[in-house]
Amino acid sequence: MALYHNQPMAHAQEPTAAPIEHRFNPYSDNGGSILAIAGTDFSVIAGDTRQSEGYNIQTRYARKVWQLTDKAVLATNGFAADGNNFVKRVKQRLEWYEHAHHKPMGLKSIARMIQTMLYGKRFFPYYVYNILGGIEEDGSGAVYSFDPVGSYEREACRAAGAAQSLIQPFLDNQIYFKNQQPEPGSQPFIPGNLPLATVLSLVVDSFTSATERHIEVGDGMEIYIVMARDRTTDDLLGEGKLQKGMEIEELGTLGEGQGERTFLVRQALKRD
Amino acid sequence: MMSQHPATWGQPTPANSSFNQFNTFPLPQTQRGQSSHAHHGPVGHTQQPLVTGTSVLGLKYDGGVMIAADNLASYGSLARFRDIQRLHPLGQHTLLGVAGDMSDFQWLKKELDALLREEDALALTDSHPSLSPKNIYELLSNLFYARRSKMNPVWNAVLVGGWDKVKKESFLAYVDLLGTTYTAPTLATGFGAHLAQPLLREAYEAKAGIDGNGPLLTKEEAEKVLEDCMKVLFYRDARSLNKYQIATITSEGVDISDSKSADTYWKFAEGLRGYGAQTQ
Amino acid sequence: MFRNSYDSDNTTFSPQGKLFQVEYALEAVKQGSAAIGLRSKTHAVLLTLKRSTGELATYQKKLIRIDDHVGVAIAGLTSDARVLSNFMRQQAMRSRMTFGRAIPVGRIVQSIADRAQTNTQEYGRRPYGVGFLVIGEDETGPHLYEFSPSGTAFEYYAHSIGARSQSAKTYLEKNFENFEDAPLAELINHGLSALHDTLQQDKSLSLHNTSIAIIGPPDAAIENLGQSAAAKRGNFRVWENQGVEELLKAWRRSRGEPEDGPQEEAAQPPAAEQAQSAEGSENAPAGAPAGGEDVTMEEQ
Repeated sequence: MALYHNQPMAHAQEPTAAPIEHRFNPYSDNGGSILAIAGTDFSVIAGDTRQSEGYNIQTRYARKVWQLTDKAVLATNGFAADGNNFVKRVKQRLEWYEHAHHKPMGLKSIARMIQTMLYGKRFFPYYVYNILGGIEEDGSGAVYSFDPVGSYEREACRAAGAAQSLIQPFLDNQIYFKNQQPEPGSQPFIPGNLPLATVLSLVVDSFTSATERHIEVGDGMEIYIVMARDRTTDDLLGEGKLQKGMEIEELGTLGEGQGERTFLVRQALKRD
Repeated sequence: MMSQHPATWGQPTPANSSFNQFNTFPLPQTQRGQSSHAHHGPVGHTQQPLVTGTSVLGLKYDGGVMIAADNLASYGSLARFRDIQRLHPLGQHTLLGVAGDMSDFQWLKKELDALLREEDALALTDSHPSLSPKNIYELLSNLFYARRSKMNPVWNAVLVGGWDKVKKESFLAYVDLLGTTYTAPTLATGFGAHLAQPLLREAYEAKAGIDGNGPLLTKEEAEKVLEDCMKVLFYRDARSLNKYQIATITSEGVDISDSKSADTYWKFAEGLRGYGAQTQ
Repeated sequence: MFRNSYDSDNTTFSPQGKLFQVEYALEAVKQGSAAIGLRSKTHAVLLTLKRSTGELATYQKKLIRIDDHVGVAIAGLTSDARVLSNFMRQQAMRSRMTFGRAIPVGRIVQSIADRAQTNTQEYGRRPYGVGFLVIGEDETGPHLYEFSPSGTAFEYYAHSIGARSQSAKTYLEKNFENFEDAPLAELINHGLSALHDTLQQDKSLSLHNTSIAIIGPPDAAIENLGQSAAAKRGNFRVWENQGVEELLKAWRRSRGEPEDGPQEEAAQPPAAEQAQSAEGSENAPAGAPAGGEDVTMEEQ
C-alpha cells in the first residue's frame, strides 16, 4: 500500500478539507545538558559535549559553555543553532560595551542584557535555556538562570537541558539541602557555601549519572571554574586535586586582568 | 484528475494530496484556486524541496579530506536527473557536497561563485589570501541560519570539506537548512547519517582511536570505506544511484573523480519470494 | 568669510582645478596635534602627542582601538574621528561575524577612504575634517596606512600627520631604512625621536602628553604584560600615562639623557591654552601656535 500516498478512502470523507500544510519547522532539539553551581568566591559552569538530533549523534564534541569575560561564563542548551547565534550576539554586545566604556560589562549587567535580548525575540524565541555563572562586583560567586524568553533569577545552582529532570533534584538535595535535617543543636544549612572540591565532585557525579540514564548526554564534559580575585587555587591545582582522567587548563585573561582567574577542566564521558 | 486507485476509480483526486497518484513527483502546493477559507493568515515562505539529492558523505584521512555524493537528482520517487554533480569546488581548497533541493543548490553555487570572484578581484590589489574553508563555512552557516530565521529556508544539508593552508590541516563540517552546524572527522547527511556514519566512524576509530590521536586512514583506505558506504546506500536508499563521485581535497587542491559505480550483487534476489519473477 | 569664490560648496572646481573645501579639510588635519606611525617586519607602532584645552581639562585621547588587529591615531576634528572610527568598528565586526575572519587592513582603510570620497563629490555634504594613521596586522603582516579627508589611502613604511609633522617626516626619511629589521624597542625609540622633533623648542615628551600604540608580539622588557591581555596576545594596545613611563625612560637612556627627563619642566607655571569651542578640544585655535601640547596637569 506504500505506493499510494493517501489512504484510498480517507479523502472520500473530507473532500473539501483545506490542503495539509507542510509548515517548515524552524526549530530542533540538540539534546545535552548544562549546570552551574555558585560558591562563596567561585562559580562552576559545566556542560556535556554531545550534540544530537533524535537518535543520531551529530558530533561528540560541540561546545555549549562559553567564556564571555574574565568574570562571566555562559552555558546554552536547547536548539544548538539558536544557542550558537545567541552567544555570538551576546559577545558582539559585550564588545560594543567595551568600546563605549573601556571596561568589561559586569555579571549582573550581562544577566539583565541577556533577559532583554531573549525577550526581544519573545514572539519567535531563541529555543535556548541559558545559565550564566561568574563573579559579581562584590567578589561573590553567582549563577543566573534563564528561560527561553528571558525570565531570570539569581540562584545558588541550576541544571537545564535533556537531563534537567535527573540532575536538578539531586542538586536540590545536595546544594539546597532539601529533605535534609541539621543535627540537633548544629548550625542551619546555608546553600552556596560548599567548598570547591565538593562542588566539583557533585558536577562530575551529576554528569556521569545523567550519561548512564539519558541517551542524549555523554561523550565529554567541560567544566569552567571562575575564581574571585586573589582566591587561593590550592584546592584546585597540584597533585591529586583532580579526579583521574581530568585535564585542567587556565584560560588567559581577556581584559586588563583584575585578578579573576578562569580554569577549564575537561573529562571524558561514556560514548554509548 | 481522475483517481486511478481501484477503491476510488473514476472519482476526482483528493485536494489534499501532496504527491501524484503514482508517488512519482510532488504536486505544487500553491493555494491558487482554493476556496477562500483555505488561506487565511499571512502568506508564508513555506516551501518544500522538489528536485532532491540524497546523502553526502565526508571523511578525514591522512593528508586531506574526501567527500562523496551520487549523481542522482530525484523528483519525488522519480529518478529524474541521473547525471547531476553534487560536488562543487569553491576556490583552491574548499569543496561543498550538497544534499536536498537542487535548485537551492544551484542558487547557492551562483551566489558563492560571485562572492569568490569579488574576493579574487580585491586580492589583486592587496594580495591578501582568499577565504579559507573555515571562512566559507562560517558564511554558509550565517546564510542558512538567517534564511531559516526568515522562515524561508535554503533547503539543503551541506558538507564543507577543505584544506587549511595556514594550519596545514584538513577541514570538515556540516550545515543544514536550520542553521545547525557541527564538525567531526566523519560526517554524513540524510540516510547516510543512519547507514554510512556508523561504518565511517568504525573505520576511522579503528586506526585513529576514539580520541583521534592515532594514525589516520590512508588515501586508499579512505576511498575503500567510502565506496563501501556508497554501495550500502545504493542497496538500501531508494533515492540513491549507483553512479557517484568522490572529491579529494588536499594541500595540492581539489580533485573531483569521474563518475563511478560499485560492484553490486543481486543473485540472491532470484531466490527471494516476491522479488524476482514469480514462479508460483 | 571667503578665501575665494570657489570654496562655498565642495563640488565646484576652481579654475586651477582645486576643490577648496577639500583643501580646508586637509588644513584641519594639519591643525591637529602630531601623530606618527612606523613599522618593521614584525610590528606597527603609532605615537601621538596629546593636547589639553586648559589646566582644568583632560588630555584628549588620540588613539582608538578598532579591533584586536586594527587601531588608529587621529589628527583633526575629534568628533569626525568618532564617526569614522565607529564605522570602521562596524566593518571589522561585520567581517568577524560573517566570515569569522579579521578584516584585511587595506580593505578597512579603503572602506573609509571611499566614504570620504563621496563627501567630496556630492552636493550638500562636507569632507571629514580628520586624518588617520591606521596600523594593523593581517595574514600579510603588519601594515601602516594614512587616510586623508581627500579620500585617499596610502600605505607607508613610516609617516606623520598633524601639527609640525614635517619635522618628524624629516627624521623618518633619514632613518626609515633601519626600521624594517628593528626590534620593537628600537622602533619605538625611532618613533619617539621623530615625535620629539615635532615639539617646540622648550617642550619635552612626558607621560602626560605621550601615548603609544603597538601591534605585534609583546616585549616584556618594555611592556607591562600583567596589565594588558591585549599585549600578551600581540593585539592592538595603548600605553599612556603611567603605562608609557618605561617606554619613555628607555628612549631617554638610548639618547644618553637623564632617565627621568628634564626636571625643570615641572617647576614651570603651566601655560594655559585658550579654551576651544566649536572646533573641539583636539585642535588648537586657527592661527594659534601649533603644538600647544605643553600644558602640565595632574592626571585624574
